[in-house]
Amino acid sequence: MSRVQSALALSLLALIVLTGWLPHAGPAFALLFPNRDRLIYRQDDFADLILAHLAIVGASSLLAALLGSGVALAATRRWGLAFRPLLETLLAVSQALPPVAVLAVATPLIGFGPLPALIALFLYGLLPIAQGMLAGLDSVPEGAREVARGLGMTPAQTLWQVELPLAAPVVLAGLRTSVTINIGTAALASTVGVKTLGLPIIIGLSGFNTPYVLQGAVLVGLLALTVDLAFAALSEPLGRWRAPQPSPGEPTLAGAD
Amino acid sequence: MIEMTQVSKTFGGARPAVDDLSLSIAAGEFVVLIGSSGSGKSTLLRMINRLVEPDRGEILVNGVDIRRQRPEDLRRRMGYAIQSIGLFPHWTVAQNIGTVPRLLKWTKARIDARVDELLALLHLDPAEFRHRYPHQLSGGQQQRVGVARALAADPDVLLMDEPFGALDPVTRGALQEELLRIHALSGKTVVLVTHDIDEALQLGSHIVLMNQGRIVQQGRPLDLLRRPANAFVHDFVGRTEIGLRLLALDRVAGRLRPNEAAVGEPISADLSLREALSTFVARRVDRLPVVDDQGRPAGALFFSDLLERQL
Repeated sequence: MSRVQSALALSLLALIVLTGWLPHAGPAFALLFPNRDRLIYRQDDFADLILAHLAIVGASSLLAALLGSGVALAATRRWGLAFRPLLETLLAVSQALPPVAVLAVATPLIGFGPLPALIALFLYGLLPIAQGMLAGLDSVPEGAREVARGLGMTPAQTLWQVELPLAAPVVLAGLRTSVTINIGTAALASTVGVKTLGLPIIIGLSGFNTPYVLQGAVLVGLLALTVDLAFAALSEPLGRWRAPQPSPGEPTLAGAD
Repeated sequence: MIEMTQVSKTFGGARPAVDDLSLSIAAGEFVVLIGSSGSGKSTLLRMINRLVEPDRGEILVNGVDIRRQRPEDLRRRMGYAIQSIGLFPHWTVAQNIGTVPRLLKWTKARIDARVDELLALLHLDPAEFRHRYPHQLSGGQQQRVGVARALAADPDVLLMDEPFGALDPVTRGALQEELLRIHALSGKTVVLVTHDIDEALQLGSHIVLMNQGRIVQQGRPLDLLRRPANAFVHDFVGRTEIGLRLLALDRVAGRLRPNEAAVGEPISADLSLREALSTFVARRVDRLPVVDDQGRPAGALFFSDLLERQL
């Protein structure tokens, strides 16, 4: 087992143990916060919240991955090169919109519920994915493309056998950033009534209940860390063909903001 | 084998990269296209496998107009090698060499056998190198794999665009020898682009000197050195070094006196006369003992014989 894999196992274990232990953690929190009565968030099951959280992150990231990598791919083909500057501007704009603002604008139009949250997370997740795809395809050496053509590969064969495998580590890095950031951002979706790990945080904030906030925040952070490590483990075999680089595949701590 | 008739190609600029050029390449020939950068030599090479489409003119390969064939099919029948960056970094040596056979849908067993055969041909131990990635190879080994990959599907024509450009002189020399050996063995038609006149003279059986998209002179290496068509050719083959380059075309074996002997460290009969001259000067002698490739005494080389029989 590599270092990344052991870190992933540890992080996953911590997440599972914490989720199981929190409902019984009243005495521990009583020590930290004396003179309080409602110490443990009990409106929802923590495991349910984690699954709901992952569901909305997964759905929005999947959409962002399909559209983001699709348009980035198109903008690097010969017939789509002209659209690349426009694409990069649009992506920058989508990233500049704070998700809270998107929620605030979308909710009156679409109503409360998962849809505005899904749109906000989707828009927010597009940029890293599309940029990863653009950077990944840019990183493919020109010689490799030239030789693929010269040896008689069709454009589709060149894409699937040469360009995408060579771009894969960078593409995956973009996806990893996008998903990890969205795990943190998805907590905000609870402001418009979506069930996520943000619920204990928001209820805790409005009711001045620090233990609630703490419970939600720690779980969101741990979830982001676990998913990030899962991506690190996934990307390890992709870089097998590379010359050894200083500490590749080290976990990066993104998200939970 | 390859007939190019009045081909022209202009890229963005005003001056054509290839200008109304006709060239005929016979089967089994080792043709070297040489010229300074911007002379159009690479463009000409890339026209043969349709990486570049000419604006005007016609190219026939084996009597068939290449525009009537699918570019991918045409390219799979021609070997193609470029500078060392050309290996696919995410594929092992075996996968790289097997590229074209896979595109041609050979069976796995046949591809594996071919890969091992080619590795052995290029003096790379199959067991050791088959599963390595390009970054685990030296520059010279990478280029050997590049040559093996170009040969993989046993093409009639081998197109090489400065294949040894990025190598150090020693490795380059070894690979040039290798390529000559393979050419002699296989009888394939080779078209190689270089800007190095020494490489051209050593490898080519037919040299095509280009400038500004046109052919300035073509012929045997000896023709270019002996009878340069104009001042440009004369400058290109090197005014002051023509003598040395003439010597480089011949080997010791052709000049040695079999029944003579000399003292000192013997030289190989395979050495070029240019290297022999250097040995004469370095050792300050006027005759050198020569041994054949098995190390047996073969005679002696006389300094004065360097001048003889130069046609």
